[in-house]
Amino acid sequence: MGAVFWQILIDGFAISSLYALGATGFALIFGVSGVLNLSHGALMVAAVVAAWAAGDQLHAGPYAGAAIGIAIGFGASLLTYFMVVRPLQQSRKIREEEKEIFILTATLLWGVMIQELIAYLYTDNAKTVSPIVQGVVMIAGVRTPTNEIFTAIVCWLVIAVLWLLVNRTRAGKAVLAASMNPRGVTLLGTELSQIYIAVWAIYGLLVGIAGVLLGMFLGVSSYSVGPLTASAFSIVVLGGLGSVSGALIAAYVVGYLETITAYLISPAYRTIPALLLLVAVMYVRPRGLLGRR
Amino acid sequence: MIKSQRRVFAPIALAAGVSLSALALATPSHAEDTIKIGVIAEAQAVAGSSIPQAAQLAADEINAAGGVNGKKIEIFTYDDHSKAPEAVLAFQRAVNQDHVNAVIASYISEVVLALEPWTGRLKTVMVTPGAASDVITQNIAKDYDNLKYTFHGYSTSTSIADATCDAAKDLLVGQLHMKSAVVMSEDAAWTTPLDAEYLNCLPKIGINVVDHIRVSPDTTDFTPIFNKIEGEKPDVIITGISHVGVQPTVQWKQQEVPIPMFGVSSQATNSSFWNDTTGAVEGVLYQAFSGPGVAVTPKTLPFVTAFNKRYGNNPSYCGYTAYDEVYYIADAIKRAGSTDSDKLVDALEKTNWTGTVGQIQFKGKDSPNPHALKIGPTTISGLMLQWQDGKQVNLWPTNVANGKLKFPAFIKLGSAN
Repeated sequence: MGAVFWQILIDGFAISSLYALGATGFALIFGVSGVLNLSHGALMVAAVVAAWAAGDQLHAGPYAGAAIGIAIGFGASLLTYFMVVRPLQQSRKIREEEKEIFILTATLLWGVMIQELIAYLYTDNAKTVSPIVQGVVMIAGVRTPTNEIFTAIVCWLVIAVLWLLVNRTRAGKAVLAASMNPRGVTLLGTELSQIYIAVWAIYGLLVGIAGVLLGMFLGVSSYSVGPLTASAFSIVVLGGLGSVSGALIAAYVVGYLETITAYLISPAYRTIPALLLLVAVMYVRPRGLLGRR
Repeated sequence: MIKSQRRVFAPIALAAGVSLSALALATPSHAEDTIKIGVIAEAQAVAGSSIPQAAQLAADEINAAGGVNGKKIEIFTYDDHSKAPEAVLAFQRAVNQDHVNAVIASYISEVVLALEPWTGRLKTVMVTPGAASDVITQNIAKDYDNLKYTFHGYSTSTSIADATCDAAKDLLVGQLHMKSAVVMSEDAAWTTPLDAEYLNCLPKIGINVVDHIRVSPDTTDFTPIFNKIEGEKPDVIITGISHVGVQPTVQWKQQEVPIPMFGVSSQATNSSFWNDTTGAVEGVLYQAFSGPGVAVTPKTLPFVTAFNKRYGNNPSYCGYTAYDEVYYIADAIKRAGSTDSDKLVDALEKTNWTGTVGQIQFKGKDSPNPHALKIGPTTISGLMLQWQDGKQVNLWPTNVANGKLKFPAFIKLGSAN
């Protein structure tokens, strides 16, 4: 029992940190611009496949591969904003109150397009990225891949940098203000579209990093697009739509719930308790753990 | 807004109309001029992509040699995305619209089982190059008159398990003195009979099965599964994986699970699997009916060379069988002197064709598995290969072996004893 406890603690921490990083960007976008980006999973998979193709197929090495993966995540995010989201946001043909559902549908379809393109070019077999750190270490008697520790550390470093950026810089404070009151920020003379671009750029970096780490840790295939979007979506809903700290807490709740289920019940039922919890939260506290809306 | 939508849709409707009428013009029915074979397979999967490629290669070779009874063979391909409803639509289209004479379909048991009743309804011969479920041929036994058009051009799961046990007897028991195993299979139609036979044949060769784990095909994190297996201290993990492949293999290596994997790992048969797993497959042993550099029959190596020259990679396991299938369908049409489905069935039942995987013969009407391939030393015996330094090395049977057992450093042989 002792061994299983440590096993769950260590594995759960690594996967939860990764969920936290993935969901943070998703929550940020929603908080600032009200956009639920349903192409989230596709952007992550695109980053993984790019890192795999560059690092492992073209033998550029793990560092260059990771850099290219992050760059593709970044580029794909900005492309999503400029090609899919922004034209709809600015369209005069769509009624204001309908825009949200238009953007929801458009990002979903955009995600499907990316998924099909990846499957067409690189097959739908799973891809894994060579980890930057190899080997295993013993922690409390648990043989842990060093890569798992690396994943957790990078996730928290990135989240810490993001926190500093939002709370300690002028641009970051503008982003924070926009998430609280978009109209107020415009009145103070900050261009809202500039903030949107900044947020999508930050989101792109987060998606790229989370994707590459996921590729090194578990690997993905084009089939992972749906489940990845769904997991980010449920974490963000659980944490409270638009709340980044809520998303962080929810990521750990979901990550540990999944790991406990996988170890103590069966890996086949891994995702079920987290989804049941989500349904329960919807009934009892529809705005989520730390939601404002 | 409605106006703007109309503006968008009008050109689309026009384009659709034009392309439909173009399609109608492009498909005149000249059923007499060629022999048409439909190929239904998922082009986006590593295993599936070899099927239409190998079939086309065989057709081109036959055509270059003069065709069959003076007619050329024409291949029609359909991508079913390995989904049963799409495969059924493709089958209907192949028969009703493209007027094919026979169909080569899918390596997924669930898909082939969905197509099976349609072979009877549309009275069209179908041969599968890669599905393994025993139920396919058990169905034929129950309803021969309707389902006799289905032929199982790949080994049944039960035969695959037996071939794996035969190899395990020599390699695991004979050479490594192993005594215990955990069976780890993905949850799918083809592994039900496979696992049943594993649990039956492993104890007979002296390997005690300490646990039997069925893994959900959408599993992404195999850590809990490997941890559980390691806790049970078996000498070996006997695998039954096909839909999953990259993730368990990579995680096995990353977590340095000290127990070897041996058994069926369909994706490992493909030459690109080394790159797909970034080398994590080193040391994995897998059952197959063919392998690069292994001259199972005089036809094997020339086929691999021709395939590689044309497509730039080695064929997957169903590439070999799909290639053979085009040849023995052509041979059956030649012997039948007709493309009539009932005559073709009679001729296919008498098949005795030297293919790339062995001597192709089907079990008869009175067998519990009619139209299943005969497996054995005189027909198709199977191989056991191991990935070593980026290459697929054959270890068994010894008369066609080109290497010896070798494991990566993290494997602790006999640590359980």
